[in-house]
Amino acid sequence: MSEKVLMKGNEAFAEAAIRSGCRYYFGYPITPQNEIPEYMSRELPKVGGSFVQAESELAAISMAYGGAVAGGRVFVSSSSPGIALMQEGFSFLCSTEIPLVILNVSRGGPGVGGIQPGQADYYQATRGGGNGDYHLIVFAPSSIQEAVDMMEMAFRVAEEYRNPVMILADGLIGQMMEPVVLPNPIPDAVREGILKAKPWALTGTKEGRPHNVVKSLYLKPEELENRIMEMDLKYQKAKEQLVRYETNRLEEAEVVLVAYGSTARIAEEAMELLAEEGIQAGLIRPISLWPFPYEAFDKIPEKVKAVISVELSRGQMMDDVKIGSKGRFPVGLSSRVGGILITPPEIAADVKKVLGVER
Amino acid sequence: MATHKLVIAGFGGQGVMLMGQMIAYAGMLEGKEVTWMPSYGPEMRGGTANCSVIVSDKKISSPIIVEATAVAAMNLPSLIKFEKILKPGGQLFMNTSLIKELPTRNDLEIYQIEANEIAVALRNDKVSNMVILGAIINKTGIVKQESIEKVMEKLFSGNKAKLLPLNKQALTAWEA
Amino acid sequence: MKPVFEYTRGMLPEETTYCPGCTHGIAHRLIMEALDEKGLLGETIGVAPIGCSILAHHYMNIDMCESTHGRAPAIATGIRRVHPDKIVFTYQGDGDLASIGTGEIVHAAHRGERITSFFINNAIYGMTGGQMAPTSLLGQKTTTSMDGRMQELSGKPLRMAELIATIDGAVFVERVSLDSPGNVRKAKKAIRKAIEVQEKKLGFGFVEILSSCATNWGVTPVKALEWMRENMIPYYPLGNLKSPEEVK
Repeated sequence: MSEKVLMKGNEAFAEAAIRSGCRYYFGYPITPQNEIPEYMSRELPKVGGSFVQAESELAAISMAYGGAVAGGRVFVSSSSPGIALMQEGFSFLCSTEIPLVILNVSRGGPGVGGIQPGQADYYQATRGGGNGDYHLIVFAPSSIQEAVDMMEMAFRVAEEYRNPVMILADGLIGQMMEPVVLPNPIPDAVREGILKAKPWALTGTKEGRPHNVVKSLYLKPEELENRIMEMDLKYQKAKEQLVRYETNRLEEAEVVLVAYGSTARIAEEAMELLAEEGIQAGLIRPISLWPFPYEAFDKIPEKVKAVISVELSRGQMMDDVKIGSKGRFPVGLSSRVGGILITPPEIAADVKKVLGVER
Repeated sequence: MATHKLVIAGFGGQGVMLMGQMIAYAGMLEGKEVTWMPSYGPEMRGGTANCSVIVSDKKISSPIIVEATAVAAMNLPSLIKFEKILKPGGQLFMNTSLIKELPTRNDLEIYQIEANEIAVALRNDKVSNMVILGAIINKTGIVKQESIEKVMEKLFSGNKAKLLPLNKQALTAWEA
Repeated sequence: MKPVFEYTRGMLPEETTYCPGCTHGIAHRLIMEALDEKGLLGETIGVAPIGCSILAHHYMNIDMCESTHGRAPAIATGIRRVHPDKIVFTYQGDGDLASIGTGEIVHAAHRGERITSFFINNAIYGMTGGQMAPTSLLGQKTTTSMDGRMQELSGKPLRMAELIATIDGAVFVERVSLDSPGNVRKAKKAIRKAIEVQEKKLGFGFVEILSSCATNWGVTPVKALEWMRENMIPYYPLGNLKSPEEVK
């Protein structure tokens, strides 16, 4: 293992992508993720890779498709409004079954919104903004270390499932620094094997095999339906195999907080504040946002009085919290929006309000 | 103390971010848990800038500082904005070369540092931030002086090595 | 005995879905012949557009992918990064390249991407049923300009070859036409040169190919070719606008 280094989240993500074998990055400047294209422009050429500053996010995601369709291990990053522009590409990549890792360092919306951290891309990430029956596979790290550790897994999942994977971070872990142990670079032999493992990739036929065609258009409804059902099988498999979450103090809890990404860290501190006042709070931290860890909610003891979705958005994840809760518990919301980070005392106050505890 | 929560604030260009990063780096070298979180935005030089640094013996959950154990204010807007987040009895470091006013609270431990004058006396006004950094580590004990010096040695290497003695000197230039 | 005509190996033995009188088939064939003659069929990757020719991969016997609307030059850019030594081209119509994809084509040229864009200009949206294109001529009747294209409303037709030729990264720019056997032969020459530009890694190449759309123009195939000569060629002058020394 490498030694511990102090790194800004965005730079650590970029380095982790390179160590995971990514050699192609296409991007467009947008705050708060600019350190990533800057890092890639500087570091990728050193390892024989390519960086292109695209003319727009539309072009960036299209270049990424081009690189990936040609067999490369490709990484793109952007932030919320830029991700919105890439949705055309996400739908297309899903339909053509092209693997890609997308990092969203999200900020406040809607519209241009602001540049401070936000989690209002939950719908955009998990429900998709593009057209059609498709899903991105979405993972949400809550620390720089976790983001770095999941990067190589994200590439592997994308390639195994032939589907784009989004890592949904936010401006907080993108911009903050903490000590991180970077993963070792994957061996050259493994990296060189990546292209060989993609018989569908466009590499030129060398006139030695039938031509490869990567397509999204199916004019016959029966063909398209078959196609969608094939994709759906894959998504059902993902629901069985890719669910990731953590729970904390669920057994003794009288109230359960649900929080992902950096908000989960803030919620943990709120739990300590509540414990000081004799209120036992537990935590469910979804790590995979799609597929969502509904099964975690089955572990909530019956005695729990409420489940509270803590998010930097107005109840987007709360939809999934309600689905997971199956009506067993009242579901509340604790949130700040607009780029304001919720604080532990604010979460604690919201919890007490939901529980009807006198201050 | 188990957990230090420090906010450093000033104008962009005063080296506020660097000061925070140096403390975080030093904390890491000491084997502690650290987080550094910047303010960010379109104001690059001359705008307001601040960063939050937490150094702790235990795992840090939230990198956000709601109640600071120490604040370093490098200019008046920073003092006004951040004196209120200090916990009672918290430590306030003021660059009195730029701040002529006093804080409104009277429950704080206040250190007034004429950082610019001290830096000028060292014949380089650019090291005023290192003067304040020295005061912070001296009075809070957030990290050890030798850890910061190790960080400086990494920072001022190669063609910047000539700046090392001056910066080390600045670190101990202020005397309470 | 020497054969006078052979089915090119670059084209698959499929019947095309293109309308009678459509020149897409000719354009496909010219590109595939040129690649075949250079022995590059196995070394080429093509990007098909949104438009009638989205199905180009049914006919062209090379590795190919479909693209989102107008984004083919960006996609080709990505392919180029992974395969620096292959021949990479886009095949795009006027709605794709001259309308929704202007950003991508201009910036691919601007970066001097070592790709070739074959631009089929038939002055109309074909696949969607005959709507006005940026390249539709003044007075041309389409389903979204029933009284003919009006300058006050839609401006004058866009001359893409001239526009691309102003960009330094575009080193080879030529406009050709498929209205007559003579012009078809000239088109083939230009296509060959454009591929040579790529082989020699000289920069971005652009071949605008004036084509017919008898169906949506509402004329017979023969009249369509006449219409090209009488209306399109005068507005879209044929010839080379830019060519590097190495392929002259």
